[in-house]
Amino acid sequence: MYWNETIEKMPISELKDLQYKSLKSLVNNLYSFSTFYHDRMKEMNVRPNDIQSLSDITKLPFMNKSDLRDNYPTKMFTSPKKSVVRYHVSSGTTGKPTLVGYTANDIEFWTESLARSLTSVGIGDGDVIQISYGYGLFTGGLGLHYGAERVGATVLPAGTGSTERQLELMIDLDVTAIACTPSYLMHMGDVAKAMGIDIRKDTQLRKAVLGAEPWSDNMRKYIENELGVQAYDIYGTSEISGPMFSECSEKDGIHVWGDTAIVEIIDPETGESLGPGEKGELVMTVLKKEAMPMIRYRIKDLTSVMEEECACGRTSPRIRRIDGRSDDMLIIRGINVFPSQVEHTLMHMPEMTGQYMIVVDRVGALDLMTVQVEVGQETFSDKIDDMLRLKKKISSELKKYLNIGIDVELMSPGSLPRFEGKAKRVIDRRKL
Amino acid sequence: MSSEYLIKQLSVFINNEPGRLAQIAAALKECNVNMKAFNIAESSGFGVFRAIVDDPDKACAELSKKGIVVKETNVIAIPMVNRPGGLLDVAKIIGDAKINVEYGYAYMNNDEASFFFRVDDAPAVIERLLAAGIKVLKEKDI
Repeated sequence: MYWNETIEKMPISELKDLQYKSLKSLVNNLYSFSTFYHDRMKEMNVRPNDIQSLSDITKLPFMNKSDLRDNYPTKMFTSPKKSVVRYHVSSGTTGKPTLVGYTANDIEFWTESLARSLTSVGIGDGDVIQISYGYGLFTGGLGLHYGAERVGATVLPAGTGSTERQLELMIDLDVTAIACTPSYLMHMGDVAKAMGIDIRKDTQLRKAVLGAEPWSDNMRKYIENELGVQAYDIYGTSEISGPMFSECSEKDGIHVWGDTAIVEIIDPETGESLGPGEKGELVMTVLKKEAMPMIRYRIKDLTSVMEEECACGRTSPRIRRIDGRSDDMLIIRGINVFPSQVEHTLMHMPEMTGQYMIVVDRVGALDLMTVQVEVGQETFSDKIDDMLRLKKKISSELKKYLNIGIDVELMSPGSLPRFEGKAKRVIDRRKL
Repeated sequence: MSSEYLIKQLSVFINNEPGRLAQIAAALKECNVNMKAFNIAESSGFGVFRAIVDDPDKACAELSKKGIVVKETNVIAIPMVNRPGGLLDVAKIIGDAKINVEYGYAYMNNDEASFFFRVDDAPAVIERLLAAGIKVLKEKDI
């Protein structure tokens, strides 16, 4: 089953030709209408006419998350603000958020992309899909919601939390598919067990579209064996709209629709292009995006690309499961956290000495982030109550900026490691 | 007037990890600190070590030099008799005077015992105890 057979099965050479044409017109447009991109191209001494083939994309400047931050909120928009129909917001690197705007067409491209993805895993008319991603500023909930409605599925917009109620609804409404983070699905499995529910026997759940955080094939095996569902990897970031692309039923790489985006893999150190099969940093150019076009956006996820046709007959390039980051971004329970945000928050608290460590664990199915801070002479009190108050203050400050619950551990001075040169302040003990 | 009754206590922050107490104890030894009484309070993930020592100012300075976070706090000491009901006598006095104790601990030497306790406004509490005719210990009495 295909959603858009013409595009999805388009011969590779034709698809590349289409990409070249789209890229050329995108660059022409941006050179004329985007001050930001015009200036960038001038700095690199590139003109639209220098794009004479698809491989000339490497002449174009990269974009980074810092560009979105520096141009917050809407300075990078290339559409008039009144044509923007929606905003989504994600966390930035230093406490300042990243804002993404969408025109009606942007929502349409996003929805179409997800309609193809959901169809490719066999979700469509007749399915009841529970969307257990966060709705709201996060892109996951609404993105999948629109995609699922488009393919004719019945949507249960469950959001996150109230797990017991979600399980009851799953049973009562004969839910057949779910979209959420892999760790939340594992958590649901645990809660179901505690409630005496056997997901295999007591529910109709057969498919799970999982993403928004790194996971592994081992987790897939575990989820499939434990819960009796087929689990598929879905990929995206808010900068490219949100969750956009997924595996098909072959589970052999994530299809990145060629008419929608161009994928490149680069060496994170040198920025040089790498060939198919070589692991490096993912760079994406979104060909269909109006409010906030992204050209050569450095997502900083590490993967490799497969260019050959998939066994399912689809011809778009596929990327392998994300295998880490080239920067220090952490994904905690689906939320992006940069160590710099933690530092930024702590630096604004006069009580802090500036020494800290971040420790990430996975307890059961849930990520647990602990920030260890050293207690200074001025903040130390002989009264336990005072110390507990300090601990609570730090964790509520962190929660305010990072939007996730964090454990704080007070440490005696000098007990945290000191670094010469680049500090390694993160210990990630999660085994995926 | 009441200040001569203030007893200086040292408090040291400790991580809740094996070996941390030994580390503090080693530092106390290296600084030649003799303790008369101590206690350890623990909470989730950390603890506070509190001690009454021979020369608190010197001990405090020596420990600080070693990079240990140490704090001087004033506590009050009341003598107790080492027999059943000894604590009750003291507790009644403190209770009747409507004094709120933050924390406290005891020290015993043969028949004599002392109760050390921390209150929010030590000088005011000492005044009240003295006014009520209660014996309050001075540093040299311990």
